[in-house]
Amino acid sequence: MGTFRYAAPNTLDEALSALAAPGESRPLAGGTDLIDQLRTGRRGADVVVDLKLVPELQRMVSDDRGLHIGAARSCTDVRDHAQVARQYQGLFESAGLIGSIQIQNRAAIGGNVCNAAPSADIVPALLVHDAIAVIASKKGKREVPLAGFFVGPGKTVLEKGQILLELILPAPAPNSASAYLRFIPRNEMDIAVAGVGSYLELDPATRIVKRARIALAAVAPTPVRARMAEMALEGREINDALIDAASGAAVQAARPITDVRGSADYRKELVQVLTRRTLRTCVERILS
Amino acid sequence: MPKVPLRFSVNAEQKEIMVEPYWTLLRTLRDELMLTGTKEGCSNGNCGACTVMVDGKTVNSCLVLAPEVSGQEVLTVEGIARNGKLSRVQEAFVQEGALQCGFCTPGFIVSTTALLHRIPNPTEEEIRLNLAGNLCRCTGYDKIVRAVQRAAGS
Ligand SMILES: Cc1cc2nc3c(=O)[nH]c(=O)nc-3n(C[C@H](O)[C@H](O)[C@H](O)COP(=O)(O)OP(=O)(O)OC[C@H]3O[C@@H](n4cnc5c(N)ncnc54)[C@H](O)[C@@H]3O)c2cc1C
Ligand code: FES
Ligand code: FES
Repeated sequence: MGTFRYAAPNTLDEALSALAAPGESRPLAGGTDLIDQLRTGRRGADVVVDLKLVPELQRMVSDDRGLHIGAARSCTDVRDHAQVARQYQGLFESAGLIGSIQIQNRAAIGGNVCNAAPSADIVPALLVHDAIAVIASKKGKREVPLAGFFVGPGKTVLEKGQILLELILPAPAPNSASAYLRFIPRNEMDIAVAGVGSYLELDPATRIVKRARIALAAVAPTPVRARMAEMALEGREINDALIDAASGAAVQAARPITDVRGSADYRKELVQVLTRRTLRTCVERILS
Repeated sequence: MPKVPLRFSVNAEQKEIMVEPYWTLLRTLRDELMLTGTKEGCSNGNCGACTVMVDGKTVNSCLVLAPEVSGQEVLTVEGIARNGKLSRVQEAFVQEGALQCGFCTPGFIVSTTALLHRIPNPTEEEIRLNLAGNLCRCTGYDKIVRAVQRAAGS
């Protein structure tokens, strides 16, 4: 483990000052990514700034803009939140499959986002719910759509002294549902070979798709939206043939690599299968 | 790097010690407090041998910095038996012979204790899923599952 100082400020202002100070400063949430990176020397730090005691990063409230989830909230907290289970099913599912119970008790939703792994399981679920990232720095706050937050593997739009404060998830429309599925060789404790989040909103009378969102994990340098597949769905009546067509179109958004977990072709095949399954799950959830 | 004071509770006892800010909770428990029941396997969150509870929730102590537990309550495997009497989870692991080398056992005891607190009568599937963060390279898990079932039923 490299050596570094540790600060656990109680206010946002102190946290932002600590992070803006000269030298290499690193925000800490659950530490399930960062502490291993520091131990193995993949990342260095002069000071680690623990964000868990900052009240704004633990906020979980609903208002007219939707559900606000503080970036330091753990996967366990997110999963145990009744509104998440009811209205954001894909998020509920993804928070519940991160690592193990021990990891979920620690790993924060904002840590999953800011670590910016292409395979981050929570990100597709947030993307299909049109999440907004609220960024804070000494200069104030700004909002960006989460889709514009990722720059490359491990890279986000955040600059030194900036943190992710919270995510805002707009309230889902009536007759809508989301789902997340990933493929890994075992049921837990591994990194996704591919993951797909889907969101559908239907007109219950005609079954016409009013809005579709599909996002993919582990098949491109960043998490990506499958916009061609979304376009294939919107305005048309949902049925198996349409779902198959959209699942085929989703593959166009995938630019996978071949590695130990799977070949590029296998990943494309997975995108198609997982898109189909998550879309079917959305339809079942809406119509049941 | 100057050491910093750390005040926290370990197995219901208040401690005040000096730690390097970059020490993990695992290292602090084992090397400073000599609580060597908590084991170091992988050091990266995968094996669960280092599982302890912090404020009632299981964590991998290799992925927690010592100063993070300031003011919090840590429970290690040493704090599970009461007045020299094994807990029902520990008793069930003995009865079922749910260990061979025993290296994974402290982590399993802590995780199982937390699991039965959350889900008093888990199904086999729930047991396997909830203990997925604890690896055992000896037993093949079946006896561990039986021990958890026995503890739940007792
Ligand atoms: C055994 C194991 C299994 C895992 N399984 C999975 C899995 O199944 N799926 C998956 O997606 N991930 C998995 N992970 C990875 C990890 O647990 C998740 O990415 C987790 O959500 C990270 O959150 P954290 O709070 O622990 O992040 P931290 O380690 O605290 O931080 C991660 C990064 O984000 C930065 N950061 C954190 N919060 C902020 C903020 N508010 N603003 C700015 N920057 C910030 C940190 O500086 C750091 O660079 C696993 C990890 C382990 C060790
Ligand atoms: S030593 Fe902590 S999980 Fe393996
Ligand atoms: S008994 Fe040896 S690792 Fe479990």
